[in-house]
Amino acid sequence: MDFGLSEQQQLLRDSIERFVQDEYAFDARRKIVASEEGLSRDHWRTFAELGLLALPFAEDEGGIGGDGVDTMVVMEAFGKGLVVEPFLPTVILCGSLLKLAATAEQRAGLLPGIIDGETLLAFAHGERRARHDLGHVEAKAARSGDGFVLDAAKSVVLGAPSATQFIVSARTAAGISLFLVPADAAGLSVRPYLTIDGQRAGEVTLAGVTVGAEALLGPDGGALPLIERAVDIATAAVCAEAVGCMQATFERTRDYLNTREQFGTKIGNFQALQHALVDMFVELEQSRSMAIVAAVHAGSDDDAARRRAISAAKVQIGKSGRIIGQTAVQLHGGMGMTDEMQVGHYFKRLTAIEQSFGDSDHHLARFQGG
Amino acid sequence: MDLSYSAEDLAFRDEVRTFIRDSLPTHIRDKVAAQQHLSKDDYVTWQKLLHGRGWMAPHWPKEWGGCDWSPVQRHIFDEELNFGNTPRIMPFGTKMLAPVLLKFGTEAQKQRFLPRILSSEDWWCQGYSEPGAGSDLAGLKTRAERRGDHYVVTGQKTWTTLAQYADWMFVLVRTDPGAKKQEGISFILMDMRSKGVSVRPIRTIDGSAEINDVFLDEVEVPVENLVGEENKGWTCAKYLLGHERSGIAGIAHSKKMLEKLRRVAAEETIGGRPLIEHGPFRDKIARIEVELMALEYTNLRALANETRGAMPGPEPSILKVRGTEIQQAITELFVEAAGPYALPFLPEALEGGANVEPVGPDGAAAFAPTYLNWRKTSIYGGSNEIQKNIVSKILLRA
Repeated sequence: MDFGLSEQQQLLRDSIERFVQDEYAFDARRKIVASEEGLSRDHWRTFAELGLLALPFAEDEGGIGGDGVDTMVVMEAFGKGLVVEPFLPTVILCGSLLKLAATAEQRAGLLPGIIDGETLLAFAHGERRARHDLGHVEAKAARSGDGFVLDAAKSVVLGAPSATQFIVSARTAAGISLFLVPADAAGLSVRPYLTIDGQRAGEVTLAGVTVGAEALLGPDGGALPLIERAVDIATAAVCAEAVGCMQATFERTRDYLNTREQFGTKIGNFQALQHALVDMFVELEQSRSMAIVAAVHAGSDDDAARRRAISAAKVQIGKSGRIIGQTAVQLHGGMGMTDEMQVGHYFKRLTAIEQSFGDSDHHLARFQGG
Repeated sequence: MDLSYSAEDLAFRDEVRTFIRDSLPTHIRDKVAAQQHLSKDDYVTWQKLLHGRGWMAPHWPKEWGGCDWSPVQRHIFDEELNFGNTPRIMPFGTKMLAPVLLKFGTEAQKQRFLPRILSSEDWWCQGYSEPGAGSDLAGLKTRAERRGDHYVVTGQKTWTTLAQYADWMFVLVRTDPGAKKQEGISFILMDMRSKGVSVRPIRTIDGSAEINDVFLDEVEVPVENLVGEENKGWTCAKYLLGHERSGIAGIAHSKKMLEKLRRVAAEETIGGRPLIEHGPFRDKIARIEVELMALEYTNLRALANETRGAMPGPEPSILKVRGTEIQQAITELFVEAAGPYALPFLPEALEGGANVEPVGPDGAAAFAPTYLNWRKTSIYGGSNEIQKNIVSKILLRA
């Protein structure tokens, strides 16, 4: 066994951590979150320059052929900085769907734009009644000539407001299928909003959107297994991101206990608080272990092993994120409740991660084969 | 033993219920039910209606406008207020300051301030915490110097809830910087319109701004506004905190929220079935319900002891700790019930009269902000760690 990062992975980690440190300080992030678009185009260009937008794609297609551990390295660093640019929907979620389902022609059409930073994607999949069930798709894709007419109401679509291109799931006569739909397609509309953790998402409506046969992504009626695999990859990614959030939360809380004085002494001298800090640390270590397990299994073709690993990680991260987030706020006292302290923002991201890609109960059932 | 309501109790419950149904304005009730932000006017309107009925401060002595109700009646009243979706009665005047004035205030102070609390003419806020004095409240530094018939007060208070609405603030100040820390503190009453008072809102993690910093720059307070003796304010402070804690358990509020949670979970579906029928989720609700039932009877036992004249022991702290844990667990389940639909941040949906298309279940826009905001409950009113210190001291002394 080897838990070490390769030299290349260490370089990757160092460059992103430097970026986060230099460009993603608390106030800089706050400005991005409050901006019209909710993302920084400059940072997106930097991601392109660093090769992050090419991370998962094959080298002969302009990518750098990264694996689950590379993704983990990036996402953990992003978690520390609470990066809000739509890397997860564009590169991880939609990038994985393209890798798994797209024809060479479709990839040739889309990957260069993604890698350059011109094309931003969102996966329009969740619906009002889907909750955490990936197989719940009511959206319709009706045959029309060579192509399809799409009617869909997609809910809480991450990255929807900035997406130039959507991957939309809908049912054809054959079953759940995926379609490539440009954001400017007639009949497609987005109701954009902020999410509680400072990201952007939206309700996406497709009303009689016409697409050609070339828009079909992957097998007609056979998309569900591909969706499940892509979502597993994204789940492993947010587990790593959560570890970055937890690490930063833990460090800030430890520093606070070493700084804040009450009753004439550092509050870190009170045993009740010491033990709470230790509990946070145990959760962090448990989560880091499971994020590694998830990263290593994320791309696996062995469905049973992959499901078990990813779901176990999500359950652990759900529990740990809750304990670490809540305890950090508690140990910061009133300060932890304020918008001015970063711990509250980590807490919000951890809360959002628990409700993304299946909550703990969903994954606990899936871990048991449900 | 008898754990049931008497016929009189039931008649009383109907009386309260009918009053609320007939007098609470619909637009206020709807805002409370939807967990939207209330305006100052919403609170005051309701409080004046209660005052008109003589029910603004039931726990006060009868001669000052109290109701002389039994503990069970007070419990029923609290429940009906919550289930009727009424705005909460602001505790700063009725539950925090008033007991202190009744115990330590002069006759003139009682005459001057108590009726105006009852009639909601004065909105009070609490000047306790400071940036350097949170759990260690007695470490407060706000200085009050006596100059003739005035104190001149300089310092900073923080976490002051709804200071932006307040006419008056009761303030802990240091009058003797040379004394041991608990011994140089005084309890004074400050007009918020005095020169030198400025209020700055603090934005919290849920996006709201209900708490504030209050800066005091050479604020003149007449000496007649000192409550109790100079340098004996810590006695008042502790007395107040004991009273604050018992109301903080929020038992009736939690019962109401559990009922609402069931409604949300009945609407949401999982695998085509109502979420409320989903074993793991149903069990979580049931566990909280059992815990809450236990706390309800613990509270009723404490109230019964109080009526018999027994000195309160660790009960107020127990109620505070477990009550806030339950409240927080419920807010967490709301987020879980809404699932991914709890993620949109739609602050405009939290304003009254807003007409915002919901994402997910009705009212879901309030679920995550409430969960985040409710983390405060285990921090304020003496953090739960401090409460446990208090209880352990009592237990180990025994």
